Parts: sequence; structure tokens; C-alpha cells
Amino acid sequence: MKYETVIGLEVHAQLKTKTKIFCSCSTEFGRQANENTCPICLGMPGVLPVLNKQAVEFAVRACLATHCEINPHNQFDRKNYFYPDLAKGYQTSQFALPIGKNGHVNIEVNGNKKRIRILRIHMEEDAGKLIHGENLGIPGKSYVDFNRTGTPLTEIVTEPDLRSPEEAREYLTQLKAILEYSEVSDCNMEEGSLRCDANVSLRPVGQEELGTRTELKNLNSFRFVQKAIEYEVDRQSRILDQGDRVIQETRLYDSDKGVTLPMRSKEEAHDYRYFPEPDLVPVAIDSEWVERARKNLPELPEQKRQRFVKEYEIPEYDAGVLTASRALANYYEDSLALFSQPKIVSNWVMGELLRELKNDDRGIENCPVSPTALTDLLKLIDKGSISGKMAKEVFEEMYRTGKPAEDIVKEKGLAQISDSSSIAKLVEDILEANPQQLQDYRSGKDKLFGYFVGQVMKASKGQANPALVNQLLKDKLKQN
Amino acid sequence: MHQATLLQAKDGLKQKKFSSQELTEAVFKRIDAVEDKVQAFVHLTRESAMQEAKEADKKIAAGEDAPLLGIPLALKDLICTEGARTTCASKILDQFVSPYDATVVKQLKAAGAVIVGKTNMDEFAMGSSNENSWHHPTLNPWALNRVPGGSSGGSAAAVAAEECIASLGSDTGGSIRQPASFCGITGMKPTYGRVSRFGLVAFASSLDQIGPMTKTVEDAALLMNVIGGKDPLDSTSADVALPDFMLALKNQVKGLKMGIAKEYFTSGIAPEVAKSVEAAIKTLESLGMEKVEVSLPHTEYAVATYYILACAEASTNLSRYDGVRYGYRSESSDNLKDMYLNTRSEGFGEEVKRRIILGTFVLSSGYYDAYYLKGQKVRTLIKQDFEAAYKQCDLIVAPTSPLPAFQLGEKMDDPLQMYLADIYTISANLAGIPAMSIPCGFTGDNLPIGLQLMGRHFDEETLLTVGHHFQQATDFHKNFASL
Repeated sequence: MKYETVIGLEVHAQLKTKTKIFCSCSTEFGRQANENTCPICLGMPGVLPVLNKQAVEFAVRACLATHCEINPHNQFDRKNYFYPDLAKGYQTSQFALPIGKNGHVNIEVNGNKKRIRILRIHMEEDAGKLIHGENLGIPGKSYVDFNRTGTPLTEIVTEPDLRSPEEAREYLTQLKAILEYSEVSDCNMEEGSLRCDANVSLRPVGQEELGTRTELKNLNSFRFVQKAIEYEVDRQSRILDQGDRVIQETRLYDSDKGVTLPMRSKEEAHDYRYFPEPDLVPVAIDSEWVERARKNLPELPEQKRQRFVKEYEIPEYDAGVLTASRALANYYEDSLALFSQPKIVSNWVMGELLRELKNDDRGIENCPVSPTALTDLLKLIDKGSISGKMAKEVFEEMYRTGKPAEDIVKEKGLAQISDSSSIAKLVEDILEANPQQLQDYRSGKDKLFGYFVGQVMKASKGQANPALVNQLLKDKLKQN
Repeated sequence: MHQATLLQAKDGLKQKKFSSQELTEAVFKRIDAVEDKVQAFVHLTRESAMQEAKEADKKIAAGEDAPLLGIPLALKDLICTEGARTTCASKILDQFVSPYDATVVKQLKAAGAVIVGKTNMDEFAMGSSNENSWHHPTLNPWALNRVPGGSSGGSAAAVAAEECIASLGSDTGGSIRQPASFCGITGMKPTYGRVSRFGLVAFASSLDQIGPMTKTVEDAALLMNVIGGKDPLDSTSADVALPDFMLALKNQVKGLKMGIAKEYFTSGIAPEVAKSVEAAIKTLESLGMEKVEVSLPHTEYAVATYYILACAEASTNLSRYDGVRYGYRSESSDNLKDMYLNTRSEGFGEEVKRRIILGTFVLSSGYYDAYYLKGQKVRTLIKQDFEAAYKQCDLIVAPTSPLPAFQLGEKMDDPLQMYLADIYTISANLAGIPAMSIPCGFTGDNLPIGLQLMGRHFDEETLLTVGHHFQQATDFHKNFASL
């Protein structure tokens, strides 16, 4: 049977506050185990939480950036369950009154534009991390690192609007860009500052009612999100094809084996016993606060894309690529400030630069060629000091060694010959050396002009300025 | 010396009649003499107390002054004290030493107080008799076969037995006032939000308040000056200006309207209690106060509402005692689930487990609306009852407890009867209003009877004014049990 895939995503993004959401411990990643802790985040007897206002500010921004309505009356709830990494035995979260609802993120897959609705955004605290003794050579024991406990998170939940693994991946790409642009989260999946769970179900094409869903966890990269959903779609369709029923359960993705495995069934699901957190007073977010946040909201990917098209008159495709991450867009604009030919810069950034970065598996943040270095190269082309073709060779060298363009040009003797007299000499030599071709040209074989250009370029080892070669060759042929 | 009230002790120190070290020694001597009988303390901090007294004497000699400089006080054992055990009278925290001081402890220390020890209580403040302590029961100094009340029974008994000059307790449903009433002392539950809860081990977060337990109303006013105020570490502490409560003692009572609610004179009240309370009302009238009939129609639902809401909060407040990070851990477990089960089964007492189970139930999916949510609604109605009543009166006068101190073991097998011991005190916690118990008489068996004064939000002053004038006109508070 033909099935339609229905996907909803729950994304946890770490808010980039300096301190935790309910105490003043640092949120810095990579510290010694349990270094970033205090009686409050360790859930000692008698401690009380105090809400970090900056976390709320970031959450407001995340809501605005995803077009959510902001709840003026915010309340935290306790989500109760036992686990060793959960110091208090409950997670302080938002349940009944989340900070944001009814938002959306626009995506485009294979040229089809689509709006993915956001059901809700809420604030909550992160839990700690278990470290099992097996990994430390101490089997049979487990340890807890509470450094991450109390790190502020937003959970962003979509409606079941996604219809394919590609759409899911694209939504994540867009959401990540939005959160980075709005300076709400670092969105670093490796450090766990962006995490994603996927709800996946199938239904016969044309059916209104949703099928039974499974929840996929442990999706540690965008690629894994896509792969896990692909696997799950395949698994569920085989079950349905056999006339069986999908069991509602939570499944873990095993990235080594590329499969999803059952973790707990619906019957084993927790009753979290949510109720309003009595240790925190409700937070009012008035329209003044919202408007101030809206005013301070940095330019978002979509706005930037439109501005690039309008202001720099580059194709929409280019603008899309250049604004995929904020850092790349910044790189582009920093380069433009030094060399104001938008399309040329765009070609170089999208072409040479991104190709090298991709081969190298590096982000633009770690690019060895700075905007200054790149534009110095472009200026050399513009002045005619080197040819475009030479420049590509120089660029590769710059990327590899980090040396300035000019040094490489000098070292390798790649400078373009733009001196008319030496080129004129070359032209004369070539014409002299090819009397037959010259005669044929004269008798009307115009195409041989290209042949002469090629010969001159070859004689100059490619360093002659092609425009000048053309010019001088034309002049010479006219003369004789 | 140990018989001094807080103000008398303060005066004696100031006049150099005795030093803080002498006073503290006298208190410990008294403890050594009577503690075997009363068992008010869980543990004593003799060494650090003597050190604190020495420091205080140095400061006194240097001419320094502070509100509690050199005064020996006791703390209920659920107020965290850095470096000393804070057990909450539970096996699960028996060896727990807090890494920090509660805000009130910081305030007391800054005011120069000497902490003599931590007092006994019902486990995690759950109980009305002190019999739910994991350590041992505390006995009523007035009758050693009777309970001191609870849960702050140790703090009440320690003051009544003159084992400290004053103490702090906590009150979630009457836990300061009922033992104060049973032991014949003064006990105040401040307005919710008046005193920081940071470092008070939580029973029910929306109801708990720390408050003074003293020999006189004056002493309570002085302690309130020290422990009140907004705390940045407690979001629920109120940003309300802190008055000088000592000044309130000088206010007039003439013309003040006292509300009398028939709901507080129900059939369950002991005749002797009713008689004493009525006599006290007459005394207040003779001081120039006016009597007004008021109604608090939702009072009958208070106990049920309280046990739903308090247990709901307690069930999650106590989740952190899981054996993972601190406190008792059962060693007889092979896996995580068993460790949780065994640790909590072995670590908590019966009453605590009963309330955790009750609280877990009322928050469970499918029951939340019928219990927790309805409980919150009734709580609002009870609050509104008081708001309406305070349109007609300045404070409400009532008995603190329907009965005087009952016998040890009398109600232990009947939790419902035990819960009803708090019937007159619970509403003030649900409404968040301040309330105070002061001695107003004795039964034929020489058991103290308490008078309860309930005020408007953040109007502890009127309670102190009225309480002080009552004590100026009566001698009940001057009586101490002979031990």
C-alpha cells in the first residue's frame, strides 16, 4: 500500500546564558565533572530556585523568531520522575502555560515551499549526565555529572506537518539558522546544545486520521535524524504491509547499526504528575517587554535573504546559500565591505571557498582564508595582476598555507603579464612562426584568431593578460 | 538566668549582670538537668555555642550591639545549619550535614545569636505530636505523659522547659501554633512570604513559614525584626517593607475590632478550651476592643483541602531523597529501581510515606482535576472568606487547638483524629495570613490552653499589639512547668 509519512519534531535548544536557569553556576561546557554545581542545582535539602531573567529574554526571542504568540502569564510546572541525573526528582519545566504557541518556520525542499507550524515553545531546565563505569574501566558503578543540570533549554515542538525525512532535515536546518541568527543558542549538536526527538507515523494516502506513532530518541546529528526517520518509515511500512499494527513506543536510534530499537512502550510511559511549581512566582511578560525584544531582534535568515537579493542584486539562489548560516552571511558581507562586487564575491564564496571547506569538513568559523585575504586576491584579479584561472590556483594555496595572495603570486611567479611591449613581442613571434596559418586567416579563416590567442597564451605560460593579448593580436593582424 | 525572656536576657547582658558565656552555660546546665525528661533536642551544638558566646562577649565588651547579641536560641531541625547535622528527624537525613546556612540562620548569626542546638520535630514536619520523629518523641514539660504538639514540638518544649531563651519553628498547618498552645508559650506563623524559606527543608512549599517561638509576645516581635524581609534567594519572599515590630507593641488596642467566627467553636472543642477562649475574649473587650460576629463559611473544608495540597507538594518535595547524592542509601539493592524502593521504604517513616502516597495519588493523571485542582479552588474560597471577614474586623480571635495536649500514643493509630488536631490552624496557612498562639488559661489538669489571633496579610503588627496588651493584662505566659 502507499503510505504518507507524518513527522513531528521536538527540538531542545540550549539557551546561551552565562549562568544556569535557577542558580548562578556557570553553564560553560567541558569543565571538570561536577565543577559547575552548587547546593541549588544539586537539589540539596532546603534550596529554592530563582529564575534567570536572561533565559526568559532568550526564550522570548526564540518565540518571536519563529512567529509564536507569547504568553503574557508564564508559570513553571514540576515534571516528576526518578532518575539519578535528575537531582530534585522533578524537572522544572512549563506544561500548562508555555511561553510561546502557534508559530511557524518556512522551509523549501526541491523547490516546494512549505510552512511548518510550531505547536508550542516552552522553557525548562536540563538534567545531568550519567557516566557508566564501563567507560572508565570501573564496571558495575555509575557516576553522575551535574554540570549540565539546570542549564536553560527551550523545547520547540512542531505540529505533525513534516512529510518526509528530507523535510525534517530541512526544518532542522532552518530552525538552527533561526536560533543562531537570533543569538538564542549556539546550536552545537556535538556539545548537546541542540537535540532532537522525532515522532513518526504512517497513514494510507488520503486518510485523514493519524496512524500510531513512535518516538525516536538519540538523534545526535541532522544526518542521523534523516537516517533514523528513513529507517523507521521503512520499518513501519513493512509492519503495515503485513497487516500488523505499529506499537506506540519510544525507540532509540543506534547510529552504528543504523536501526531504531524499542526503549519503552506506552504502558511503561511515565505519569509525570505535572503541577504548578510552588517555589517560583509566575512571570508576567507584558507587551512592552515583547516589543523591546522585537526591536532588538537581530535580522533573521529570511529577512537577510531578501535583503541580499534587493541590496546586492544577486540571484535568490546565491542569497539562500550565503544566508544558510549567520557566520557565512557575515563572511560574505565582511568581504563585500572590502571589495564591492557582490556577484564576483558570491561566486568565490559559494564556489571555491565552500568547496574547500566541505572537502575539509570545516565550518566557516574555522576558515583559514579571512575576508581580507579573499578580497586581496579578488583585487589582484580586478587589477589584472593575475588571471581568474591563476587565481583559483592561488586560492588553493592560500587555503592550504594561510599565506597572503600576493606572496604566493610572487613566489610562484604567477603574476600576469600586462606589459604591452612584451606581449606585442610574443604576438609577433607567434605570427612569424606560423606563416601558413597567417595566410589562411588572411584568406578568410576567421576562426584561426582563437588559435593565435592560444599560442600566445601558451608561450606566456598562461601569464599573459588575455584581454591584452586579444587587443594586440587584433591590432597586429589589422596592420599587416 | 535560663528563666529570662529574650528581652530580659538582652537587658542583663547590656547591664553586664551576666555574660553571654554565663548565660549560655546556664542554659546548658538547665538542658543537662531536664533534657532527659523532655527530650526536646535532636542534637546539641555545645562547642560552637560556647565559641559563639565567647565572640558575643568580646563584642559586648567592645561596646558593640546587635539585636540578639549573645542570646542562646534553638532551631527546629529542618532549618539548615552549615557544618551541623540537619536531620528533619528522619532516618533518611540522619547523617546529613548541610553545606550552607539557611537565610534565617545567617540573619540570626548576623544578629549575634548563640545556637545551642537543633530541636526535635515530627519527621519532615509531618505530624501534630512529635511522635513521628525518627529519633524519639519529645514530651510535654507540663505533663510528661503527654505530647508537646507538633510538628515544632521540640522547639516549643525547649522554650517551655527553659532549655533556650527562644527558638524558631516552622508552620505548615499549625506546626508552630499548636505546640505553642500545648506547651503554654507564644508562637507566631508570619504571613506567607514574610520570612525567607531558603534553607528551610520543604514540606509544602506554598504553606511553609518559619516563625518565632518565645516566652512572650515582645520576644516574638524582636525575633520577627531579625528574620523578616525579602530574600533574593527566595522568589516567594515578599518585597514588602519590614516594619519595626517592637514599635507595634506600643500601639493602642482600644477600638480594634476582633472577629469571632462560629466555625471556630464547633462541637469538637473541649469545654475547658472554649471557656478559656471566651474568657480571653472578655479580657480583650475589657481592654477596649470591640467584638464582631464574622463568618468563615468554608472552614469545614480546610482540613481536606490542606491534606490534598500539602501532600501533593510534599510528594514531589521529598523526591530528592533518593539515596543518590546524600543521606541514607539502602545497601541491599541490585539495581537502580530497587535502590530507590529500598532507600525510600527504609528511610522514611510511616506518616511520611502515607503523605507521599496520598500526594502522588492526587497529582496522578485522571485524579488531578478531582483532587488537586479542586483543592486549589477551595483554597481560593477560604482566602476569600478571610478577605470578606477583614472588611468587618481587624483580626480574628479563636482557639488554637480544640483540645489541650493529648496523651502519648492516644492518636497514633488514627491519622484522621490526628489531622483534626490542626482544624483551627490550617486555614491561616491556606490563606497565607499571619497567625499567633498565646497562652490564655489552663485546664483542671494544669495543661496550657492557647488563644489564636489571625490577622490580615502582612499585618503581624496588629497581632503583636493585641497579644502584648493581653499579656500585660494576664499572667498565663508567666507560668512554667515545674520539672
